[in-house]
Amino acid sequence: MPVYYLEFLVVALGLVLLMADAFAKLEDKRSLARLGVLGLAVIFCLLFIVKAPEAAEGGIWRFYAAPDKLSLFFKGLALLSTILVLIMAIDYAPIVVAQTANPEEGAHPQAGLGEFFALPLFACAGLMWMSSANHLVSIFVSLETVSITFYILVAYLRRNVGSLEAGVKYLILGALSTGFLVYGFAWLFGITGSMELGAITEALGKDSVNPTAALFAFALILIALAFKLGAAPFHLWIPDVYQGAPTPVTAFLSVGSKAAATMVTLRLVSPFLASAPLVGKITAVLVVVAVLTLLVGNLAALPQRNFKRLLAYSSIGHSGFLLMALAAAPRESVENALSSSTVIAFYLGAYLLMTLLAFLVLSSLRSAISGEEIDSYRGLAKRSPLHAAALLVAMASLAGIPLTAGFFGKFFAFKMAIDAGQWWLLAAALVAAAAGFYYYLKIAVSMYFSDPAKGDETAIRLSPLTGIAMVVLMILIVVAGIAPGVIVGLFS
Amino acid sequence: MSTLELLVFLPLLAALAVGLGAPARFTALGASVLVLLFAVYCAINFNASQEGGMQFASSRTLLEMPGFPKLSLAFGLDGISLVLLLLSGLVLVAAVFLAPQESAIKGSARLYYLSLLLIGGGAIGAFTATDLFFLYAFHELALIPTFLMIGIFGHGEGRVRTAWTITIFLGVGSLVLLVGLILAVGALGGTTFDVASLTALAKGSPIAESTQSWIFLLLFIGFGILVSLFPFHSWAAPAYAEAPAPVAMLHAGVLKKFGLYGLIRLAMPLAPAGAERWMNLVLVLLLGNILYIGLVTIAQKRLDRMLGYSSVMHMGYAFLGIAAGNVIGVSGAVLLMFAHGLSIALLFGLAGWMRDQFGTLDIDRFGGIAKPMPRLGLLFGFAAFASIGLPGFANFAAEVEIFFGAFAGEDLAMTWIRWATIGALWGVVISAVYMLRAYRHLFMGPKPDKLVTPADLSWETRLPLLLLLVALLAVGFAPELLNQFIRPAVNGLFTAMAG
Repeated sequence: MPVYYLEFLVVALGLVLLMADAFAKLEDKRSLARLGVLGLAVIFCLLFIVKAPEAAEGGIWRFYAAPDKLSLFFKGLALLSTILVLIMAIDYAPIVVAQTANPEEGAHPQAGLGEFFALPLFACAGLMWMSSANHLVSIFVSLETVSITFYILVAYLRRNVGSLEAGVKYLILGALSTGFLVYGFAWLFGITGSMELGAITEALGKDSVNPTAALFAFALILIALAFKLGAAPFHLWIPDVYQGAPTPVTAFLSVGSKAAATMVTLRLVSPFLASAPLVGKITAVLVVVAVLTLLVGNLAALPQRNFKRLLAYSSIGHSGFLLMALAAAPRESVENALSSSTVIAFYLGAYLLMTLLAFLVLSSLRSAISGEEIDSYRGLAKRSPLHAAALLVAMASLAGIPLTAGFFGKFFAFKMAIDAGQWWLLAAALVAAAAGFYYYLKIAVSMYFSDPAKGDETAIRLSPLTGIAMVVLMILIVVAGIAPGVIVGLFS
Repeated sequence: MSTLELLVFLPLLAALAVGLGAPARFTALGASVLVLLFAVYCAINFNASQEGGMQFASSRTLLEMPGFPKLSLAFGLDGISLVLLLLSGLVLVAAVFLAPQESAIKGSARLYYLSLLLIGGGAIGAFTATDLFFLYAFHELALIPTFLMIGIFGHGEGRVRTAWTITIFLGVGSLVLLVGLILAVGALGGTTFDVASLTALAKGSPIAESTQSWIFLLLFIGFGILVSLFPFHSWAAPAYAEAPAPVAMLHAGVLKKFGLYGLIRLAMPLAPAGAERWMNLVLVLLLGNILYIGLVTIAQKRLDRMLGYSSVMHMGYAFLGIAAGNVIGVSGAVLLMFAHGLSIALLFGLAGWMRDQFGTLDIDRFGGIAKPMPRLGLLFGFAAFASIGLPGFANFAAEVEIFFGAFAGEDLAMTWIRWATIGALWGVVISAVYMLRAYRHLFMGPKPDKLVTPADLSWETRLPLLLLLVALLAVGFAPELLNQFIRPAVNGLFTAMAG
């Protein structure tokens, strides 16, 4: 089975959900999401039996890279995060219903819920395509597929001003960054005369390349990518959008969208890094962006009181570590060094597990705990030990405490910086990691050290599907923290 | 599964079982007694005549990736880790035994025992791991529950603040340590995390001296913070005073020794030239521990804080033994880790019991309780004598070895370390002053009228404490019991690193 069937299957599944929403008489539309989870799980299993498209196929599939293990790994990440986002969406459904209520007589009480479950699938298809894109047009179209779906999802709660505000902010800034990206692509095409990454790499490697034009193209592309990644100084939208969007969408944004943006960054920056005349300046720019992102993300997270906002800054901080792995890419002269793609893939895998675990807890608590302030999680350990334990594991891993997956992610990135001799980058990363300890542990403190607020002491219910997902993620985080080989083996 | 893997994972699995709903106290006690039995089994089957090399070794490769050192889940025992393993087993049993009964910990007994098991398992893992990553990671694993326990079950209003202080201090210490370790592994080729291979590499092709100097400084400060080296000691006394007694026993008695263990196992062999370079700094700081903190200890008015400072102070002797850099000095340091671990655990155990019973530990409010409570008086007296280092207790044997080691040498020149040793000797006097003064105030003299004395120690409380005391006396009368394991291991270490 050729690998691009997977994307078709995901799109088809999305269409099935939309049709079922429109035409089937469903009592409870949450069964759509369960169907989606099931379908995606099947497609996830298919990942392990796909094969490369035949070389003879050529033609239209030229823009689709032959699947290596790395792109399959990213497709797996996309599928896995969509599955978990749908599970979150099931828990979150009552809030969506309340915030999109339809005043018309005779409307289905859950009208408007169906699309909330179907849209993530289209984003997922875009993400999967992106991991195989090797052509500027294909990169652009897949990136926009994802972004446009997100514009809708972020603004989904139409009776909620916060969600609408987030949607508008995201749309305007997103459109602007798309402009930068396309303009950058145009310059890149002008310089190299090709849209294919292979040919672009070759053209940029030549001494005859015009460095000013190439650097200009790079700057334009980097601005667009920094926006998508949430890298400083283009990170300003992140906290507001993360806070305003529905929690499952925030989770999807912070994992799916980040994985996609990182993947594209890796694809688009690699040709520049491979070019001998440009690499010095490109590295310098990347180091500056990485240092800024590390410091801004982690230091700004320190005073946050809203949990989602805190996670937004933490997501910026993690972009910093991802960029660090890119900025410290080994020169060709270094033998036997960690490669950026390995480190980034591992980091993203670990990041997916821990971030989704945190959001899973958040969205499953949303109906029991009204506020999103950190203080509203006081005494959680007494009300629901499993939620508290899951959040503790997620926070420990995000902070990078040993024996969790997050530790190795950071460790690999540090190792790369040391090998590359990037001492400023290393210093910034140390400060960032130390700050991370503080603000992640602050949440543990509020869960474990204080008693629940008065009148709020009831135990919290947990749906079985969410409970299973939480336990599985916890186990995966710890296993990957003891034997990182289990993740590394998936892509190398 | 090899013996040691079983030993390390036993408390961790027991913690998991407790978390999932097994009867908390029963599981925790069962697991810790099994750990102690396993440790004794290892000691009996240990080949004491083997110099260097690990026994009961096992290894599983977990990650092999170009550009990254090989990572394996590897365990092994030599004489040093065997002694620390025995110490961990003894203190773990005592701590779990002394943990308050389920009813007293209002609903959170599960979390309480789970944390104790995690601390114990982490410490055992750290002392038996032969892979640098796991050596480091297991120690971190033990720190997280320590922090949680102080914040949740600690005494006094300031517990959350104290929990934060200890987290920040130890977190920064661990981070400094991590940087030092990464630098060391990188400087040695960055192909392996195996401690023995790293030691061999450091001997075969030593790291450049300027790099060594940096590495040693980072490791010394990192480990030093963990051992409450002067001037990074300020976290220790409040933390021990406010921690629940079993946590204070486990941390001061066992976990803190990780820093010393790391200095012996890693800092000295990997960066010997760096160690020489910074020797005078080490001497100054350890005198700070012994003399300055010793005087601070005398000034304390609360028993728990006094014990906390005394445990900081005694770390100075261990540093002196390590600084001596010869077989007898380092062996003495290892023996002191064992002896001090037991005696401080004994004292914290007693102090915790007294705090529960009397509701206060202000020394001024006590007096003359030896008469109504003779068992407490006797046991506390033994513990205090052990802590001072009177002959007959393991502490005496250890301190004598350290002083001999530090003063060793054939010529009569007064080197820096000899001056430091003379200064350190005064520490014995200081500790006698504060311990005996505290004992007199607490147990002798007239009993204040307001003081209500509870019933004397019951047998459930005495049993775990007697276990510690018997071990202290046994090793005190026959230090060879442990020295037979320690000496060959230290010898092996020096052969492995001698240039």
